[in-house]
Amino acid sequence: MRYVTVTVALLACANPARAADVAVPPGPGAAERLAEALISARPGDTIWLGIGRYELADGLSLAVDDVSLRGIGPDVSVLSFAGQQGSGEGLLVTSNRVVLDGFAVENPKGDGIKSKGSDTITFSNLRVEWTGGPNEKNGAYGVYPVASRNVLIDGVAVRGASDAGIYVGQSQDIVVRNSLAEFNVAGIEIENSWRADVHGNVARHNTGGILVFDLPNLPQQGGRDIRVFANTVVDNDTDNFAPKGNTVAMVPRGLGIMVMANRNVHVFDNDLSGNATAHVLVAAYPNDYKDDKYLFVPRGVYVHDNRYGPGGNDPNGEVGDTISRVSGKPVPEVVWDGVTRLTEWVSWVDPENRVYVEEAEGVGVINLKMISQLLLPWSTAPDRNAANYRGSIAEPPAVRLPQDKEG
Amino acid sequence: MRAAILAAALLAAAPPAAAVDDAAILAADPAPLLSQYGFFSDAATLTPAAGVVAYGIATPLFSDRALKFRAVYVPGGRAAAYSADEAFDFPVGSALIKTFAFPASFAAPDRDLRVIETRLLLRQAEGWKAHAYVWRDDRSDAELKIAGKRLDVAFIDEAGRRVAFQYAVPNRNQCKGCHEIGGQVAPIGPKARNLNFVWPLSGGESQIATWTRLGILQGAPDSSRIPRAVDAFDPGNDVAGRARAWLDVNCAHCHRREGPASNSGLFLGAGETDPVALGIGKRPVAAGRGAGDRSFDIVPGEPDRSILMLRVESAEPGVMMPELGRNLADDHGAALVRAWIASLR
Repeated sequence: MRYVTVTVALLACANPARAADVAVPPGPGAAERLAEALISARPGDTIWLGIGRYELADGLSLAVDDVSLRGIGPDVSVLSFAGQQGSGEGLLVTSNRVVLDGFAVENPKGDGIKSKGSDTITFSNLRVEWTGGPNEKNGAYGVYPVASRNVLIDGVAVRGASDAGIYVGQSQDIVVRNSLAEFNVAGIEIENSWRADVHGNVARHNTGGILVFDLPNLPQQGGRDIRVFANTVVDNDTDNFAPKGNTVAMVPRGLGIMVMANRNVHVFDNDLSGNATAHVLVAAYPNDYKDDKYLFVPRGVYVHDNRYGPGGNDPNGEVGDTISRVSGKPVPEVVWDGVTRLTEWVSWVDPENRVYVEEAEGVGVINLKMISQLLLPWSTAPDRNAANYRGSIAEPPAVRLPQDKEG
Repeated sequence: MRAAILAAALLAAAPPAAAVDDAAILAADPAPLLSQYGFFSDAATLTPAAGVVAYGIATPLFSDRALKFRAVYVPGGRAAAYSADEAFDFPVGSALIKTFAFPASFAAPDRDLRVIETRLLLRQAEGWKAHAYVWRDDRSDAELKIAGKRLDVAFIDEAGRRVAFQYAVPNRNQCKGCHEIGGQVAPIGPKARNLNFVWPLSGGESQIATWTRLGILQGAPDSSRIPRAVDAFDPGNDVAGRARAWLDVNCAHCHRREGPASNSGLFLGAGETDPVALGIGKRPVAAGRGAGDRSFDIVPGEPDRSILMLRVESAEPGVMMPELGRNLADDHGAALVRAWIASLR
């Protein structure tokens, strides 16, 4: 424990603010001490984990503003939930201006680390992992901010989530960067969210790499203003292991980046390779629903300047079959299901609502010309003429977070 | 219900004496010992002190079958303000006191009672504060537990089966996991519809009338205009009303638009009228393995294809709902929900 004590002491010297540093070393009673430290924290405090494993029988929670929970590193400070008996997640944060840094959450029974309703929350240098590998009994989400604002996810690694490794839901102003998602069903998923930058991440060996979804019947919907750029989305080759009822259970093995519904989504400067169903799929929400406020088709999607390796050679599942029945194999690099609203089908689509693709010469583009919810082509001939999708829409400004303005 | 009444009658038999310490309720830090508040004149029998009023609610939240003894304290000369839909607005200095206990056998629930914990909601100037006190084995007093506690509990059920499990005393944040509306800690039980019935200890009148007569509640309208919750376990009521009452009590503290589960879009309050928000034909959003292989929260007529049923019947963390406050499944409640879903067309 001396190492931790020294670290904490050093930090206390370097940072003589009123804030307290509270060390919670592992060992007998650590679970109760940690739970109590989080509950009793005062604004400004930093709670430090030591080197070692913390065996937790219940979920942890933090409800105090302006608190940091820090470990010595995601390989050495480990919160283990293998023996968890209660709670729906490993760690739940419901307060504002919180930093989580430098530790791991292993084998939670439900989600890994969740924030609900937090404003300004940072997940950095973390690991969330189900150590037995892909299994439908694993929890749904690894890093899981929901209904939160000013969300920074930076340098996290998530493995084994039975839904999405990094999942941002119903949130606003989001940056997901420099993170690794592998062996999850979805690597990174941005759902029903407004203003997100997803960049510099690696999504590999998932079922699907990066998903941008919008779903009906939720308090926040109309996902929009999202940039997915400079990511490495390769070799997403894990069989789908999501429980069947979940939305991501439809994701075929070997999908790179998928945009479903949403408005103003920009996908550019990514490296895609080894995604055997399709590298990029732009699609409508395929299920029936009752929600007058929901728009099921994507609006204004711009895919450009990505780099493509091999892919589309082994389309998987119902979605892969549906695509390849129309496209043949290999599936072209960029696939749009072509679903439009009925009124647009008989007239035209406003320029700002169209799907645009500007890729290098030789990159395949296909419009499958599907009819909504039937998964049947409305035309006997899909459109493979990339020239018909040339054009662009204005890119949203970079997401700026208060976390990045400090220091 | 019957068991709780029997035990409550037993516990409340002695006349009240001692007085409540108002300063302890308002203190910045919670008292280390429950006795310091003075809510009980006799800790051994849980006899309420002067000014502390025992009450019951129509359909209690399932808490691993614990018998729950509720009492309210409103400081002298003040009263809670009536609300038709929400919990009453209690004045600063009020306290809600709920004690959890298990009988050795549910065949004789008024005997061999093991008192586990007492949970307090204290109304301070800045809002409600939630605390849990765990009783000593000799029941001489109860001690504050900030981080919660797990205890081995066993009882014999009505059918003579031994049920043994780990009971969880909630930590302070977990209290907020249910007792939260719009980010603030809030009471759940003392709403007009839950109190508006003749409780065995309320002297033959509705508890709303009792509270009004005692001066701890003001603003209640004529009794004909006070809503009344269905008793979920009264077989005289129709199944839909009973099931909706059960869902309201067991789920809607989170599954409401202002609650901790707002992001689910699933809203199970008794007043919910949107079928999709109630789960009918609604797909899961973040259920994870809690969805199992099922595609909708409720499939009318098909409980075994309904996620809601899976969640209610499970006792496995990550699947079961509510995700806090229970370790056992509520077999009676689950049967009720099953009958209701089966009846839907």
